[in-house]
Amino acid sequence: MELNQYLEVFIEESKEHLQDCNEQLLELEKSPQNLSIINEIFRSAHTLKGMSATMGYEDLASLTHQMENVLDAIRNNRLTTTPGIVDIIFMAVDHLEDMVQSIASGGDGKKDVTETVEKLKLIEKGEPLSGSAKNEVAATAVLEANQQSYYDEFEWTVLKQSKEQGFGVYEIAIALREDCLLKAARVFMVFEVLEKIGEVIKANPSVEQLEEEQFDHEFTVTFVSKDDPEDIKSKIMKVSEVVKTDLRSLEFDKDSNEDLDNTKVHESNSPGLDLVSSPVIDKKGSVKQQSNGSKTIRVNIERLDILMNLFEELVIDRGRLEQISKDLENGELTETVERMSRISGDLQNIILNMRMVQVETVFNRFPRMIRQLARDLNKKINLDIVGAETELDRTVIDEIGDPLVHLLRNSVDHGIESPEVRRAKGKNEEGTVVLRAFHSGNHVFIEIEDDGAGINRDKVLKKAISKGIITEQSAAGFTDKQVYELILSSGFSTAETISDISGRGVGLDVVKNTIESLGGTISIDSKENEGTIFSIQLPLTLSIISVMLVEIQKEKFAIPLSSIIETAIIKETDIMNAHNQKVIDFRGKVVPLLFLKDIFEVPSEQVDDQFHSVIIVRKGDKMAGLVVDSFIGQQEVVLKSLGNYLTNVFAISGATILGDGQVALIVDCNALIK
Amino acid sequence: MAENLVSDLKVIVFQLNDKEYGVPVSQVKSIEKIMHITRVPHTNPFVKGVMNLRGVVTPLLDLRIRFGIEEQSYNESTRVIIVSVEDKEVGLVVDGANDVIDIPTNMIEPPPEVVGIAAEGFIEGVANLDKRLLILIDLNKILESDEVKAL
Repeated sequence: MELNQYLEVFIEESKEHLQDCNEQLLELEKSPQNLSIINEIFRSAHTLKGMSATMGYEDLASLTHQMENVLDAIRNNRLTTTPGIVDIIFMAVDHLEDMVQSIASGGDGKKDVTETVEKLKLIEKGEPLSGSAKNEVAATAVLEANQQSYYDEFEWTVLKQSKEQGFGVYEIAIALREDCLLKAARVFMVFEVLEKIGEVIKANPSVEQLEEEQFDHEFTVTFVSKDDPEDIKSKIMKVSEVVKTDLRSLEFDKDSNEDLDNTKVHESNSPGLDLVSSPVIDKKGSVKQQSNGSKTIRVNIERLDILMNLFEELVIDRGRLEQISKDLENGELTETVERMSRISGDLQNIILNMRMVQVETVFNRFPRMIRQLARDLNKKINLDIVGAETELDRTVIDEIGDPLVHLLRNSVDHGIESPEVRRAKGKNEEGTVVLRAFHSGNHVFIEIEDDGAGINRDKVLKKAISKGIITEQSAAGFTDKQVYELILSSGFSTAETISDISGRGVGLDVVKNTIESLGGTISIDSKENEGTIFSIQLPLTLSIISVMLVEIQKEKFAIPLSSIIETAIIKETDIMNAHNQKVIDFRGKVVPLLFLKDIFEVPSEQVDDQFHSVIIVRKGDKMAGLVVDSFIGQQEVVLKSLGNYLTNVFAISGATILGDGQVALIVDCNALIK
Repeated sequence: MAENLVSDLKVIVFQLNDKEYGVPVSQVKSIEKIMHITRVPHTNPFVKGVMNLRGVVTPLLDLRIRFGIEEQSYNESTRVIIVSVEDKEVGLVVDGANDVIDIPTNMIEPPPEVVGIAAEGFIEGVANLDKRLLILIDLNKILESDEVKAL
């Protein structure tokens, strides 16, 4: 079998399954008793095992197999989830990710994982993990596993309290005759008997399933009553067609209960484990959604690009047709062309929407990362993700991941203080990092907010001066915001000791550059001891931007609306001279004039105009007036690159194709303003 | 490169100033008629600008200027040969292009020391086919990017 053609699908799907595993494992840490999560992980692992075995990746398959065994033991109540076990499974998932990564980059996906496999085997046998600090927990938990994991926390508490109040707690196994015809009716009668003398806490199968006759001939109920066990038994036996009633009294060993409580306390106190991200309910919802299966297909982004290109051609032809039909004034033709225009407009929207992806695809790797970071740094951190459903163009999504990793690391490493320091400051021991995404106008904002130490203005200034980024004189006039933004300049790091997390040789300047190359901006706001907010503004899509089309002689240029403040017509007499630079007074500010005709060397005859069309553009706080011949109008255009041959053309950031099929260049205002 | 091929080399033949040149078919994507060209400021003089090639913005190089032959205005027979070398895709403006021929590799000779044409540095070899002299050009040299650095 030729496997190469499946390789891409295999890698993509494996990554997805592993991501699922990661997410579900994080969920599992929060609610270790939730069997549906285990099932979810088990399913992903199982699929992964099957796929990798088919593809011939033995190591991958055997490790997944071992992991699956442990999960199977948990879901069949032979084992109970402990932080130790989750850790090992996380480790296994890490290994699996490495292997898949290796396969994706052309490797053989082999890796020595014997240690992890051994550990998984030990867990499966229910043996304590050698050398693990959590072994006592694992051991005690296994003892009580059967009993406790069957009940959820609430049921368990009810049972325990009932017992304390002198009720008898029984597990009753009831069997009906094999030829019983109306099983549901018998169940109903049994329940009626039971409810007269006590309370049914739990039924297995569930009551709904019993009512729908979805059981063989036996079922179990957990029952609380003050009646004598023998009485209960005989009362049930009175229901016809009941052939067997086994009654077992549940005993609560005081010590072991305390142990269990300890286990729980332990779970929630171990460092890094107390990650409670708020959308827990959402998560559960999405699990359900997944199993319902929204039908999607994976499409290579290149194909979408081709589709878009072809579509633009169509739009150009549409323009021509519209012109022709206008000239011919043929009713039928006009009607058809109008219809076509409408349909193609809708089509355009669909094609653009196809490229939109939820930021969730980027965000979902962060909970895991923060968990690990918190652990490495011995900090307590709660990551809140808000607005994960916000949509962004695929091209932006692909680029934004790394900058976010950097900023999150920065917040965790430099922002959030250690629990001791936080306590001393009177803050909650647990730091909060909020990762927020939302739409606003034609932009998407992503914010990273922490309630940590904030940025120390003096420290930053000192450092910037010592590094020669700014001079002492210029520092005096800096606003707080300007000071904070210094940490984005190259060669800057505020960490006093280089930790494993920040000492990776790349500073926040890389983040800034990446974001600016996407046409976005980043700003920092901070209050000492209260926290820091990094705010990133991104264009919705990189492929479509709003521009002002202008004409210089016979040439058309597009100026991005995002840099335009406003347009103006100025009189020749309003132009002043300052150091050989023509300037104008624009609302009390002196703004230099740039004649695009000269800058772009447009071949032209000299014409003396009394009036000039000026576009006031800005870069940060600086402004400039671009002088053009005339404005054509505002338009949405599809951004195109000039190709690999023409790179770095001065003051041109790209090109676009106009309705008539001609190419117009897009002016890079940032390059024009120094 | 082309010399290593044992079999025939299939080339597209184009004209510049009555001389015939060849580029390997494998590097040619299509041949187009001249369309509207948008000038790109601050580029080399031989970069005529960019044009819309079915939705892709494609740079155009005027081979006459590149080879140092006097410029000529474009006419009906002017063609654009779209070539793709490594990751670069450009259009070459030539006087005309209308032939595809096979050249047996053993008929390709290295460029003579003195050829008396302006394109010297860009020649990869010369093929003499029944007195029909065909100059094979080296696209890599023509597209060499250090020469296109913007100002």
